[in-house]
Amino acid sequence: MRAGRVLARDAGRLRIRCEGRDEFVPATGDASPGDWVTLDGQSAPVVVHRYQGEPFPGPESETARLSLARVEGLYARAAILGEIRQFFSEEEFLEIEAPTLVRAPGLEVNIKAVEAQGGYLITSPEYSMKRLLVGGLRRIYSMPRCFRSEEEGAHHSIEFTMLEWYRAFDDLSGIMRDTENLVYRAIRRVAGEDRIAVGETMVDVRPPWLRMSVREAFETWAKVSLSGDESAEALAEKAASAGIEIGRATEWDDIFYVIFLERVQPALEALDRAVLLTDWPAPLAALARSKPGAPEWALRFEAYVGGVELANAFDELTDATEQRRRFEMEREERRRRGLAVYPIDEKFMAALEEGMPPCAGIALGVDRLVMLAMQASRLRDVSAFAGDEI
Amino acid sequence: MADGACLGLSVMYETSDIRKGLKVLMDGNPFTIIEFQFVKPGKGTAFTRTKFKNLLTGGVVDKNIRSGEKLEPANVEERTMQYLYKEGEDFVFMDGTSYEQVTIAVETVGKQFDLLSDNLECTVLFFNERPVDISLPNFIYSHVTSTEPGARGDSTGNVLKPAILESGAEIGVPLFINEGDYLKIDTRTRSYVERQKE
Repeated sequence: MRAGRVLARDAGRLRIRCEGRDEFVPATGDASPGDWVTLDGQSAPVVVHRYQGEPFPGPESETARLSLARVEGLYARAAILGEIRQFFSEEEFLEIEAPTLVRAPGLEVNIKAVEAQGGYLITSPEYSMKRLLVGGLRRIYSMPRCFRSEEEGAHHSIEFTMLEWYRAFDDLSGIMRDTENLVYRAIRRVAGEDRIAVGETMVDVRPPWLRMSVREAFETWAKVSLSGDESAEALAEKAASAGIEIGRATEWDDIFYVIFLERVQPALEALDRAVLLTDWPAPLAALARSKPGAPEWALRFEAYVGGVELANAFDELTDATEQRRRFEMEREERRRRGLAVYPIDEKFMAALEEGMPPCAGIALGVDRLVMLAMQASRLRDVSAFAGDEI
Repeated sequence: MADGACLGLSVMYETSDIRKGLKVLMDGNPFTIIEFQFVKPGKGTAFTRTKFKNLLTGGVVDKNIRSGEKLEPANVEERTMQYLYKEGEDFVFMDGTSYEQVTIAVETVGKQFDLLSDNLECTVLFFNERPVDISLPNFIYSHVTSTEPGARGDSTGNVLKPAILESGAEIGVPLFINEGDYLKIDTRTRSYVERQKE
């Protein structure tokens, strides 16, 4: 016996949302919009719960009713969550439920944490995961909800699902292979194709993906030669001579991202292959190790599919002294820019001082992955509720 | 008053104020925001990718506005006004609330001037208190003052013939339309929509 909810009734038919799909049955019986009914395919739908509310809203209103596209998005999300767990189980990773309420959030200058209970909601599970690596776990992954204040848009949501995984005693090459294989598998599962439409572009997501350094990308698409250790003024000059208007940006990272957005981003959107952008300039190293012999570059990569930033990976910094120096710098930078100055996670620092094995890790936006697989253009189409619907 | 933009010119807009229809001043020109998207590389600076339409020329420009940058409000106001009459080459409109009358040159009214009929309610855009643009309602209704009799039997509406409206405008209508018929017209495309009962 199947059950569903009557969405509409006209002279001839009833439209019933049943198991995520809309069904049309002859309008027999006395079921009216809003009622819950059972269907056995033969007789008229039987009303099991009579709707008591205001007149059932018309089709134009935003109500509890789900569009078919939204229901499909939710099915795709569930399928991909399953596929991710399957993948990591086969690769012998341990799933971790990392805490989401913490004392010290991420310190990156451009990320704002949400305050809660005198602490913060995590912007990423990174510190907890790394403490577990110090504790001896070798391959771990976690898929918590993370929170980043003031980030709301087609590809952003204050609350979102982040997938992080780490490989101890391994470098970025293992993480690169994982990324290509996992994303390909998730997209195949939902889209059933090797190529997906992202905006105007058909993007091939079969491994191996294109690999390109940030320096190469800037040379090719922005005609800007990055050295990674130039001053903000020097970078501004390089942008100006490439004809890029940087407005009133004066910070190194702001100028970098203006160039990125003006020239590199549009080229990434037009690229018909997924790409891993490698070797980021040192000012953007965050928690990444420097490239041996070339300290102006960091061992970090980002994955882009049709211009959508899908993941960010580091060959993780294991040097506790260097880590503390970077944290202090970020705190100083926050002070200078008038932002909230978060505490350093001393439990994480203590673990790092004990000794973290060499390892590589990555954070991947699950909502964006589902969006890409569904060939949708907004996260809301693949979320149960968007920010403005909560 | 559009978006309250005239209320406090000293108050600048933040990127978080960006929304469709916001009127801003850039390089001395008034622009309206027609599209925007929040973009932010994971570890990077937040921007709002914004599409601006120049309210004077209709030209469209894209800009990435960095979070923290400010936008200057434009002194722009939209008022509903009634068309009264033609005076030489100019057109006279009246504000139905204040009864204030303004004279608007034909260049500002544009090529849609021949669709204006008495008492038609239009939206007049003022920039620094001067009328700079007029939008007609999307649909207007008019009798046909003259048209050739159409061939009998063709009621498909695929073949068009010219017809003159009360305002003097000439538009294409289906062959079955006769003089004196009352029509619904789409002013954006200057095209016939349907015949109306009066």
